[in-house]
Amino acid sequence: MAGAVLVLARSRNLFAVVVLAGVYSFLMATVLVALDAVDVAMTEASVGAGISTVLFLGALYLCKSEEAKPVHKPWLPLALSIAVAVILVYGTLGLPGFSNIESPIHQHVVPRYLIEGVKETGVPNIVTAVLASYRGYDTLGETTVVFTAGAGVVALLRRRRRERKP
Amino acid sequence: MRSDLILRVVAKLLIPFILLFALYVQFHGDFGPGGGFQAGVIAAAAVIFYALIFGLADARRIVPEPLVESMMALGVLTFGSVGLAGLLLGGNYLDYFVLAHDTVHGQERGIFWVEVGVAITVSGVMLKIFYMFADRGKVDDE
Repeated sequence: MAGAVLVLARSRNLFAVVVLAGVYSFLMATVLVALDAVDVAMTEASVGAGISTVLFLGALYLCKSEEAKPVHKPWLPLALSIAVAVILVYGTLGLPGFSNIESPIHQHVVPRYLIEGVKETGVPNIVTAVLASYRGYDTLGETTVVFTAGAGVVALLRRRRRERKP
Repeated sequence: MRSDLILRVVAKLLIPFILLFALYVQFHGDFGPGGGFQAGVIAAAAVIFYALIFGLADARRIVPEPLVESMMALGVLTFGSVGLAGLLLGGNYLDYFVLAHDTVHGQERGIFWVEVGVAITVSGVMLKIFYMFADRGKVDDE
């Protein structure tokens, strides 16, 4: 993965960048499978590696396949992103250890979902039960967000086509 | 690319299985990994695959644009009306316990329809975005 990221940052050929981003997504999906987050891995593989690669290729078809040379030297953005990364990593040091049962997120509502979930919803996959039932409002909001994103794309791109026709 | 025999044959072989897998992910989401979002994306990917191989016009003939646009709204409306059904049957909004005589069956029914709504919206939006992008390229060429 680190190799893919390095080549991504160095390469100026946008086609290679798009394909490598897809490779990165697949690697990320395998990492998520290793973390036992199969539902998220499936989403990452289908959206990150599949659909967005196709959309990027569609966008690439509209423009040149070589990235232009940057006007300014990238030192300030580089320093800024390194600084933000350091702050974020420093923040994670205060979190409880991974898969630590004593940590607050595993103590609050998780035991109830795990113990009562199958009994209450009759759905063995807890992820689906939480997503659609316990967190129904969140999922309704997410679906609305997806719908709004689609409506936004329609509104932006369709107007342009009408302007050109006359 | 439209005359490439191998691609066309492979696509014809694969697309039914992709669609079948989407349905499996949709309806087996209760027991294994997957659910509405993933199934919607996979179903959209099948149509996008078809469009890449056979051309956008053929894909439009099979999955016409008005259908895709109405799918976008229909999914959200399905989700919302599940909530309203709970309200009408005497529960709270998005309360599934009242959807059937048995509370567990009510939960299963609610989750099923909610996932259907998510899948419809997601596949509609993905397809619409793809159609929009692909169409822009064609307009720019002309």
